[in-house]
Amino acid sequence: MTSEGNENRIPAAVEMRGIVKMFGSFKANDGINLTVNKGEIHAILGENGAGKSTLMNILYGLYQPTKGEIFINGKKAHIDSPNKAIELGIGMVHQHFMLVQPFTVTENIILGLEPVKHGVRLDIASARRRVVEISKRYGLNVDPDAKIEDISVGMQQRVEILKVLYRGADILILDEPTSSLTPQEILELVEIMRNLTREGKSVILITHKLKEIKECADKCTIIRQGKYISTVNVSDVTEHDLASMMVGRNVEFTVDKAPIQPGETVLSVRDLHARDYRKVEVLRGLSIDVRRGEIVGIAGIDGNGQTELVEILTGLKKATHGSVTMNGQDAYNKSPRYLYELGISSIPADRQKHGLVLDFSVEDNLLLQNISNRPYSFLGTLNRRAIHAHATELIEKFDVRPRGCETHPAGSLSGGNQQKVIIAREVTNDKDLLIAVNPTRGLDVGAIEYVHRYIVDQRNKGKAVLLVSFELDEIMSLSDRIDVIFEGKIVYSAPGKETNERQLGLMMAGGGEHHVG
Amino acid sequence: MSAKKQLESRRLSRNLHKIVSSSFPYTILSILVGFIAGGIALLIAGYNPLEAYASLFRAIFLNAKTGKLSTKSMTYSFIEYANPYILTGLSVAFSFKTGIFNIGAEGQYIVGSLAACLVAIFVKAPAWVLIPLCILASIAAGVLWGGIVGYLKVRFGSHEVLCMIMFNWIAFYLSNFIVNLESVNVGGGKTWTKIIPDEAKITISKWFPANVVSSNTHFGIVLTLICVIAIWYIISRTTLGYRLKSVGLNRDAAEYAGINANRCVIVSLAISGALASLAGGLQVLGVNYKINQFAAQESYGFNGITVALIGGCNAFGTLLAGWFFGAMKYAGTRMKVGSDRVPKEVIDIIMGCIVFFIAISGLFRAFFVRRIKGGDMF
Repeated sequence: MTSEGNENRIPAAVEMRGIVKMFGSFKANDGINLTVNKGEIHAILGENGAGKSTLMNILYGLYQPTKGEIFINGKKAHIDSPNKAIELGIGMVHQHFMLVQPFTVTENIILGLEPVKHGVRLDIASARRRVVEISKRYGLNVDPDAKIEDISVGMQQRVEILKVLYRGADILILDEPTSSLTPQEILELVEIMRNLTREGKSVILITHKLKEIKECADKCTIIRQGKYISTVNVSDVTEHDLASMMVGRNVEFTVDKAPIQPGETVLSVRDLHARDYRKVEVLRGLSIDVRRGEIVGIAGIDGNGQTELVEILTGLKKATHGSVTMNGQDAYNKSPRYLYELGISSIPADRQKHGLVLDFSVEDNLLLQNISNRPYSFLGTLNRRAIHAHATELIEKFDVRPRGCETHPAGSLSGGNQQKVIIAREVTNDKDLLIAVNPTRGLDVGAIEYVHRYIVDQRNKGKAVLLVSFELDEIMSLSDRIDVIFEGKIVYSAPGKETNERQLGLMMAGGGEHHVG
Repeated sequence: MSAKKQLESRRLSRNLHKIVSSSFPYTILSILVGFIAGGIALLIAGYNPLEAYASLFRAIFLNAKTGKLSTKSMTYSFIEYANPYILTGLSVAFSFKTGIFNIGAEGQYIVGSLAACLVAIFVKAPAWVLIPLCILASIAAGVLWGGIVGYLKVRFGSHEVLCMIMFNWIAFYLSNFIVNLESVNVGGGKTWTKIIPDEAKITISKWFPANVVSSNTHFGIVLTLICVIAIWYIISRTTLGYRLKSVGLNRDAAEYAGINANRCVIVSLAISGALASLAGGLQVLGVNYKINQFAAQESYGFNGITVALIGGCNAFGTLLAGWFFGAMKYAGTRMKVGSDRVPKEVIDIIMGCIVFFIAISGLFRAFFVRRIKGGDMF
């Protein structure tokens, strides 16, 4: 490990000074400083759209800074392409992996750098040896012969890291590396990052998850709206401090929730059975009730039937047996449209797949279900003015940014703002039941606070809310009642206040007797 | 830089950005490059390209003998030749807009012409009954031909492209089979159908003095223009267009929002089919008056793909592209250098190059947009 004294003599692995990047008249980076030492895990923290990715794209040679200087290992560098960055020992692992699915791990790693024997023959054996060697050295534990399509997301990420190491990187940029990983995989990734820094590599971690920063980073540079805020020693600050610096105001982690008496039952599910696409029974007699003015949280590990339950309730999937009623009316195996008319609205788990038509404008997306209603259309003809006015109102009310994005494609908004568009639409639809599935996945603290507030608002207005989330913290802070789903059944049910993380964790793992309360 | 100047330059760059990111300039650029490529081919073949092109453009607009502006040449170019291409182009453009690739316009064109021709031959009625009947029959044939493919897609998950390519051949041989049926064939060992009766013809040339319009100018162009406006309206101004587009762009989200995606796919293919088959129907009623036994596919449908691409898959763009294509087809046969006929195949080279450059125009666009966005402008 590097000592304090050493750090002063050895030049920093990366030093970026006064980086400014303009896009037209928009300042994406406005005088950012970043110093990353050798053997350090350095987190870059900022809200969605704060300028983290722009800064890293500059370091990786994808963008040219408008102003500012970059030093790599103490030498001034002009990085005008990713090739130049790789030459300088900088490697980037993107949030979305760039792997060829039917290729093996080794084949993917050597892509573009294929070693050859006798001038023409692909020498895969020597490449494989190197892959195994690097994998061992950093504890990556990757099978060099597995096909990408057969391995998990966490494993694919390690392949990406290996790819970068294979190219001789000493400085690794990881862009939101945990966003698609399971908690176990995150722990393993942290271990891998430690192994890397132990070997003298530097890791730059782009993230907006405070917990992870506290867990593994040495230093943290905070960026807000393109401006450099501060660089701190992670051990000197609390999560709360980091959040406040990132958002620029005090952030409440707990949700304010006045107690209210739940009303009559809105959604009632009885003995529901369903199979997944492999014909395996995934719901095995699930029953659940959601009442007015109540948030029911479904806690559980991914793959215990949550997806299928939501798909059945929104009409995307047919159940094999059971009953579903909505306000007393039959809602079993109906079409999405019918269920919507019965009063079910939803915030889908995958906002880009199910929530939005990304190539549609924001204003069109805001009316995905209601385009046929007056005043938005009459006799099949759209009323563009009304559609636009509707969007302007919701953008203002739900604080969708940037303002004036009515006609922008929804895909051009940041993740948090895309989610706001969906929430604006579903909340405005004013249905009796709101189903929210992982509503804050991938969002930053500021946006999370906001989403939570709207969900609680719905409950306070006397709506029923069914919350499905893999984040136990979220379930616990929002729910009036928590049901634990395990292997397609509710195995535990308790008022939100009367349970704790240990108890829920135990139930989620299948421990404990069935005692549905 | 002064504040005012800065503002000025910013506005300029914004406008510039708008221009380089729209597709129109690249289409123009592609057309120019297409002509240059054709010119090289002409040079190799030993023709002076400038002279050849001059004669090409003269042939579109001017009378060959007098050299004066000629409405006759123009009706040839923009009505008689262009009409089927506008409609098949519109058909393909519409399908693209709704996320489907209608490669079946060829077959739809054939069944449309077949339906119109058969109704014209077998139904005895006055013109005001017969003509609408023939046109409706041709539209119905296309709705059916496209709709079946849509049904197969949603019912059995068969891929529409493969399905339509096979349907093209089914239409092709069905047409050849029917043309040679005793009750349909003109007889005497000939390989075409009976000529349709005068009551079914939509040609209006005889209403005009000689030499004012082409020999087969027909009022089908009016229907075509109505179709162009209707398709533009459907796509951009109706809930139907909204639904079709949403299914095309993101089927999952559309279904999640309660839109019946399967119905949308069928409707989209049916409308697309109707446009292509109407092209066939109008061609029989206004220009050919009969159907020949095919030796090879006539490519009205396939050229529709070219027209749709040149037109940027936009209804009015397709209209312009169809006119351009029709004019090239017509005038291409009249290209001359001195008194030598220039082979009309050079038109195919030009068209091929244009489509090629339009297809890769994304590359140019990325290049120019990046140049301007890169911040080097200010």
